[in-house]
Amino acid sequence: MQQNASFFDEMFQPGEDEPREPYRNYKAWINQENPAHLKRKASEAETFFRRTGITFNVYGEDEATERLIPFDIVPRIISAREWSRLSRGIEQRVRAINAFLHDIYHRQEILRAGRVPARLIAENEAFLPQMIGVSPPGGVYTHVVGVDLVRTGADEFYVLEDNARTPSGVSYMLENRETMLQMFPELFSANKVVPVGSYPQNLRRSLAASTPGKHDGKPVIAVLTPGIHNSAYFEHSFLADQMGTELVEGHDLKLVDGRIAMRTVRGYKPIDVLYRRVDDDFLDPLNFNPDSVLGVPGIMDVYRAGNITLANAPGTGIADDKAIYSYMPDIVEFYTGEKALLQNVPTWRCSEADSLAYVQEHLSELVVKEVHGSGGYGMLVGPAASKKELSSFAKKLAKDPANYIAQPTLALSTVPILTQKGLAPRHVDLRPFVLVSPENIKITPGGLTRVALKQGSLVVNSSQGGGTKDTWVLEE
Amino acid sequence: MLGKTAGGLFWMFRYLERSENTARLLEAGFRMSLTRSAVGEDEWRSIVSAAGVRSQFEERHNSYATRNVIDFLLRDPANPSSVKSSIEAARINARMVRIALTREVWEATNESWMTLTKLLADPIRERDLPAVLGTIRQQSALVRGALHGTMLRNDIYDFARIGTFLERGDSTARILDVKYYVLLPSISFVGSSLDNVQWETILRSVSAHRSYRWLNGGEITPKGIANFLILDRRMPRSLAFCAAKLADNLGYLEGDYQTRLPCHDLAEHLRDRLRNNTIDMIMEDGLHEFVQGYIRDNLAIGNEIERNYRFTG
Repeated sequence: MQQNASFFDEMFQPGEDEPREPYRNYKAWINQENPAHLKRKASEAETFFRRTGITFNVYGEDEATERLIPFDIVPRIISAREWSRLSRGIEQRVRAINAFLHDIYHRQEILRAGRVPARLIAENEAFLPQMIGVSPPGGVYTHVVGVDLVRTGADEFYVLEDNARTPSGVSYMLENRETMLQMFPELFSANKVVPVGSYPQNLRRSLAASTPGKHDGKPVIAVLTPGIHNSAYFEHSFLADQMGTELVEGHDLKLVDGRIAMRTVRGYKPIDVLYRRVDDDFLDPLNFNPDSVLGVPGIMDVYRAGNITLANAPGTGIADDKAIYSYMPDIVEFYTGEKALLQNVPTWRCSEADSLAYVQEHLSELVVKEVHGSGGYGMLVGPAASKKELSSFAKKLAKDPANYIAQPTLALSTVPILTQKGLAPRHVDLRPFVLVSPENIKITPGGLTRVALKQGSLVVNSSQGGGTKDTWVLEE
Repeated sequence: MLGKTAGGLFWMFRYLERSENTARLLEAGFRMSLTRSAVGEDEWRSIVSAAGVRSQFEERHNSYATRNVIDFLLRDPANPSSVKSSIEAARINARMVRIALTREVWEATNESWMTLTKLLADPIRERDLPAVLGTIRQQSALVRGALHGTMLRNDIYDFARIGTFLERGDSTARILDVKYYVLLPSISFVGSSLDNVQWETILRSVSAHRSYRWLNGGEITPKGIANFLILDRRMPRSLAFCAAKLADNLGYLEGDYQTRLPCHDLAEHLRDRLRNNTIDMIMEDGLHEFVQGYIRDNLAIGNEIERNYRFTG
């Protein structure tokens, strides 16, 4: 396999035949596999995904367009030691995020202490005044969090961003594993891979534990989806199915006797916990965007009255805002009293004059992102951009600097994928999924590995041509 | 169960049934066009009418030429009952109610959709039609097999069956409605080759030409055919069969939910009306009026089910 010495490859070590430790068994296996057979397996995987309908819709294209996220059959393997270090850092960060959210919507101690500038909150669109003074049932704000990590060296991991609103991708994590188990059962007897399949049951338990006060032990849970045209619809129906809950849309729900109830064939049935995969803005036309048809009129009032749990709570976006991101090390320290275990990527806030000047001067070296953007849309990867792209982006930046942050172009680690010509390194990131209940924090071992399939590309988003891999955490 | 889910199941299976019925009508018409020297446009017109899409057809085409009808019934998106439109709508509903379906049923539906979308991407030539119709038949058999083999016999299954029999009864009644005049006693000169072809077409369009012979020997009479399609409870596409199944499945829901609703009265009434009738009485009172009454009542039951089980807001 050709190597690029400037990037850390997770399987191969430069100049050595032996792969890195966690990949030893796998490497021995793949060496004795027939390449033609492997390629056939790869195309089998695609057929499997298409028949199962594991597809996503791409915004801006024909509504009928359903695409597959390409799946690569080479797993990404993490050792027990690496994972235990990572998971401690993730847990610490997620605790801090929940403490921060509680504080921000109550006493705002962190602002009083001057650790985060008050205007950053007050002027932030992700801050929801409707949540001031509201305490969510069980005290949990972010029931589900996705923490996006990148790696640059053997022991160097960075948090690229936090996803505290409605992180998606967990269904791919589960289906990827299912696919691998079906295609290569022998790999799982040769390697002790920690299972991930209990995620839906854990999610269900975690949601049930967050039910509002009085319940009989079996709270009614439902998943709220924007509908079949949403890009993540497959995941919504997958999770509802696996948890054994109903999958509802806004028009199935109505305010009945002070509670949110779903229309069943036998009348309206009240819901205790709503795992909503609809953004804050569309949740309640009476309280937020009045044109929304995806939400339920009055649901915010029921929520404030403590008669339903919304997962995640409204207003959590203030914690994963890219402008807040640069303060995360301070936030972790402020609430946990410990140094942050996971590093942040150095970040220039373009709202600050000095930083803006630096960013403008070094645009071709940096990655510049919109503060509220997601999915890889509207971002600039300096080193990969043409002159024309750079100059048009410079104009956008000058017009509204506060809307952007910039980061150095990280040397993302690579993991091999199977190409027509054999194994070849491609850049990856990792999204572990974290479940928060009033009792505990559970991190699914591994998570979703996204991989940039284009040679040299650093953008792993599925909307931009990225694929996924099964992610293994090995047992001790 | 959510009202929306019940509605999704009901419509998913109506559309699946419809795609099959449309293909079957086309098959009957096509066969007649092969066995008769000159197929009048009248015959194709009656096929299109039986599919319930005559006005849509006439908006699109000036003549009932064979290739126009083939294209319209198989793949025209402007025809809501074309095989392509029906399987598309069935799959949209299936996606909506996916959590109520077994993996097998979902995958069979999804695969049917993928197969038929590809198959019907380009206009179908006459010489390829038999193979295409064969594939359509095979695909719906796969979905039906997955349904019967893997689904729990609970309310989910009941709503699926209710949609199936409502659609099927409607389809058979429309065929009778369009062709009733060939079954009238006044034209009963048995043995004329013209009428044999007409009757055969009717039987073929409900896939019953062989089973009719099994039951009636060689004796093909208009009254026999009318009796077979309307009152025979062994024949899975007859009005009596569909009405009885509809009432049965609604009855299971009544038991399951411990609630009797107006749709139960309507369905049992229709079932009993078919059960307590004879073909002579029907002929005497007017075959045409009887069939139209059935279509009207069947539709009313559908609307009542939709209301009673809260399919929409």
